[in-house]
Amino acid sequence: MSDFDPEGATDVAPGEDDAESVLTYVVGLALAVLLTIVSFFIAGTSLVWGPSIPVALTVLAIAQMGVHLVFFLHITTGPDNVNNVMALAFGVLIVMLIMAGSLWIMSHMNHNMMPMEQMMQMQR
Amino acid sequence: MLGKLSWDAIPYDQPIPMAASTVVALVIIGVLGWVTVKGYVPYLWKEWITSVDHKRIGVMYCFLALVMLLRGFSDAIMMRSQQALAFQSPGYLPPEHYDQIFSAHGTLMIFFVAMPFVIGLMNFAVPLQLGARDVAFPTLNSVGFWLTATGALLVNVSLVVGEFARTGWLPYPPLSELQYSPGVGVDYYLWALQISGIGTLLTGVNFVTTVLKIHAPGMTYMRMPMFCWTALASNLLIVAAFPILTATLAMLLLDRYLGFHFFTNEAGGNMMMFMNLIWAWGHPEVYILILPAFGVFSEVVSTFSRKPLFGYRSMVMATMVICLLSFTVWLHHFFTMGAGADVNAIFGIMSMIIAVPTGVKVFNWLFTMYGGRIEFSTPLLWSLGFMVTFVVGGMTGVLLAVPPADFVLHNSLFLVAHFHNVIIGGVLFGAFAGYNYWFPKAFGFKLHEGLGKAAFWCWLVGFYVAFMPLYVLGLMGMTRRMQHYDVPAWHPWLIIAAFGAAIILAAIVLQVAQLVVSIRHREELRDLTGDPWDGRSLEWATPSPPPAFNYAVLPTIEGEEAYWDIKQRAFERLQLRDEPEYREIEMPKNSPTGFVCAFFASFMGFALIWHIWWLVGVAAFGAIATFVVFAWRDEDEYIIPADEVARIDRANRASRRAVLEQMRAAAR
Repeated sequence: MSDFDPEGATDVAPGEDDAESVLTYVVGLALAVLLTIVSFFIAGTSLVWGPSIPVALTVLAIAQMGVHLVFFLHITTGPDNVNNVMALAFGVLIVMLIMAGSLWIMSHMNHNMMPMEQMMQMQR
Repeated sequence: MLGKLSWDAIPYDQPIPMAASTVVALVIIGVLGWVTVKGYVPYLWKEWITSVDHKRIGVMYCFLALVMLLRGFSDAIMMRSQQALAFQSPGYLPPEHYDQIFSAHGTLMIFFVAMPFVIGLMNFAVPLQLGARDVAFPTLNSVGFWLTATGALLVNVSLVVGEFARTGWLPYPPLSELQYSPGVGVDYYLWALQISGIGTLLTGVNFVTTVLKIHAPGMTYMRMPMFCWTALASNLLIVAAFPILTATLAMLLLDRYLGFHFFTNEAGGNMMMFMNLIWAWGHPEVYILILPAFGVFSEVVSTFSRKPLFGYRSMVMATMVICLLSFTVWLHHFFTMGAGADVNAIFGIMSMIIAVPTGVKVFNWLFTMYGGRIEFSTPLLWSLGFMVTFVVGGMTGVLLAVPPADFVLHNSLFLVAHFHNVIIGGVLFGAFAGYNYWFPKAFGFKLHEGLGKAAFWCWLVGFYVAFMPLYVLGLMGMTRRMQHYDVPAWHPWLIIAAFGAAIILAAIVLQVAQLVVSIRHREELRDLTGDPWDGRSLEWATPSPPPAFNYAVLPTIEGEEAYWDIKQRAFERLQLRDEPEYREIEMPKNSPTGFVCAFFASFMGFALIWHIWWLVGVAAFGAIATFVVFAWRDEDEYIIPADEVARIDRANRASRRAVLEQMRAAAR
C-alpha cells in the first residue's frame, strides 16, 4: 500500500536500511551500557562529594534517555521527523503534568489530612 | 478445578436478573439459530467477523454500542422507577441489587456505549474523509474491536454468573478492596475494563498514525475535515490517558489478588492516590468522548447549512487547546477531598478556562448556520438539540467548577444531572447525528426521516423531563445513589423524572422502529448517487456503500472542501472529470486474528475473575499463539484486478453523470 504515502517516500522506517544501522545500534548499546555502569559506580563510590551523587545520577539518567531516543528510537531533527518530535513533546508534557500535579496534590492532601496529634507534635 | 466458581454463583433466588438473563439467553439462542438455519454463518464469518475493512469494523462498533445502549437503558429505567417508588418504602430492588445496577449502568454507558459509538463513527468516516484505502493497521483495528466486545461480554456475563461491582462506575477504594468487596463483582469490572482498555489503546495508536501518515495526495493538515481533526485530538488523548487507567486498575488488581497495599487503609496504602490517578484518566476521557461528537456536529451543521464551516482555523485551534487543557483540570472531580484552597483555586480556574474553546466552537456553529440555506433534516435536528442542551450542561459545569459551590453540590443529584446533560446532550446526540448522517453512506439507503424526527423530539423532551428535576433535587440536598429516602419534598420530582425516562423509552422504541422500517422500505429510501445530503467532504465522492478499496484512484486534494470543489467544477462544465487510468489495487486480507484473540481473552478474563488458574494459562497461551501465527503469515494482501476496479468506478460515475444529464436537461 505504498500509494498511501503522501510524500512518496518508501515504507522503510528511519534507520532501518543496512549495515549502517547495525553500527548505530552497537554504538547506542555501548553508550547505554557505559552510562549504566557509571551510574552503579557513582552510587557506591566515595570519590565524589556525597550530596552531589543524586544530581549526578539524575544527569546520567537523562543522558540515558537521550541515548535511547537517538540511537534506538531514531528521533532526529530532520523534517521527516516532525511528527515523532511532536509526539515526544506531547508525551513528555503530559507525563510532567500528571507527575508534578499528582505530587503537588498529594502533598497538600497529606498535609491537610494529617491526624491531629501528629499536627500538634509538629507545632511543638 | 473451577476455582471459586460453583452453582451458587447463579442467583436463582433473585427473580429480576434471572428473568432478564433468561430473556437475553432466549434472544441470543434465537438469533444464533436463525443465522444457522438460514445459512448466514459463512457470510458473517467472511464478510464481518474476520473483516479488517475499516467500514465494516466501524459498523460493528456502532452495532455493539446500540445493543449495549438497550442494556444500559434498562438499568436506567429500573433506577428511575425504584427511586419513584422508594419513598418511605424499600421499593422493589434490594440494596445489593440496586448498587449493582447503578454501577453497571455507568460502566456500560461510558465504556460500552459512548466509547464504541464514537470509535465506530471514527472508524467508518475518518479514512474515507482522508481519501485513504484503510487505516494504518487494519488487523490491529479488528483486534481492538473484538477486545472491546470481550469487555462488554464479561460485564454482561456477570448478570448471570456471580455479581457485578457495587462500587459505582469508578471503583473507589477502600470500598473496592478485598476487605469490603470480597465478591467477584469488582473483579468482573476490573478485568472487563483491562481487556477492553487494551483494545481502546490499540485503536488510539492506529488512528493517530492514520490521521498523521495516511491520506490522499494534497490532503494537508489544514485541509482535513473537522471530524478528522477532532478524531486526531481524541486519539491523542486515548494514547496519553488510557495507560493511566490501565496502570491504576492494575494496582487495584495487585491489591486484590496479591495482597499489595497501594490503596488499602492499612500498611501505608493511600486511597486518595486512586482518586487522583483515576481522574487523571477520567477527565481526558470525557474529552475523548465529546471531541468526535464536536467533529460530527461540524460536518452536519456545515452540510445542512450549505456553507463551509465558519472559522475552520479557530475550530482546529480550539480542538487542540482542549486536547492539552484536558490534562490540567482533573482535581475538580475531588475538590472536597481536602487539597486546600491553593490547589482547589488553580484547578477551579483551569476548569473555567477549558470552557472557553468550547464556547468558541458553539459560536462557530452558530455563525456557520447564520445566512445559510438550512435544511432541517434529522442530523441537523440532533445538532440543534445538542447546541441548546450542551450550553445548559456547560453552564452547570462552570458552576460546579467553583470550589465553594462544589462543596455544596458534590455527589448530589445536581452533579448527576450535569454529567448526563453533557454526555446525553453532547456525546449521545452527536453519535445519533452521525448515525443518521453516515447511515446512507454505510448501507446505501437513508434512514426514515419521519421516525427519526419523532425519535429526536422524544429524546429531547424526555431528557429535559428526566434530568431537570435532578438539578432541583440536587439543590434540595438529595445525594446520588440512594436506594430509598424519607423526604416528602423529593417524591414528586422523582416521579416527574421517572416519567421523563418513560418518554426516552418511547424515543428508543421509535429508533428501533426507524431502523426496522428503513430496512423494509430500503428500495424507496435508496441513495443512488452516493451523495444523498449534497455533502462537502470526500466520503460523498464514493458510491454508497463504498467498495472495499474506497477510491478507485486516490483523489488529489486542492482545497479545504475536497468533494465540494470537485462537484462544483463538474456542475460548471456539466461533465465529469476524464476517466482515470485504472490500476489493480492491493488490499489487506481478512484475518480471524482479532476474533480468535478475543475468544481466548474472554476465557482468560473469566478464569482470572473466578481464580481458575489452569484456564488462565491455557487461554493466555492461545492468545499469544494467535499473535505468533499472525506474525508469521506469508500473504497479507490480495489483489483487486484493474477490470474490477474499473467496473465499480464506472457504475459510480454513471450515477453521477445521470445527475448532470438531468441538470443539462433542466438548463435547456
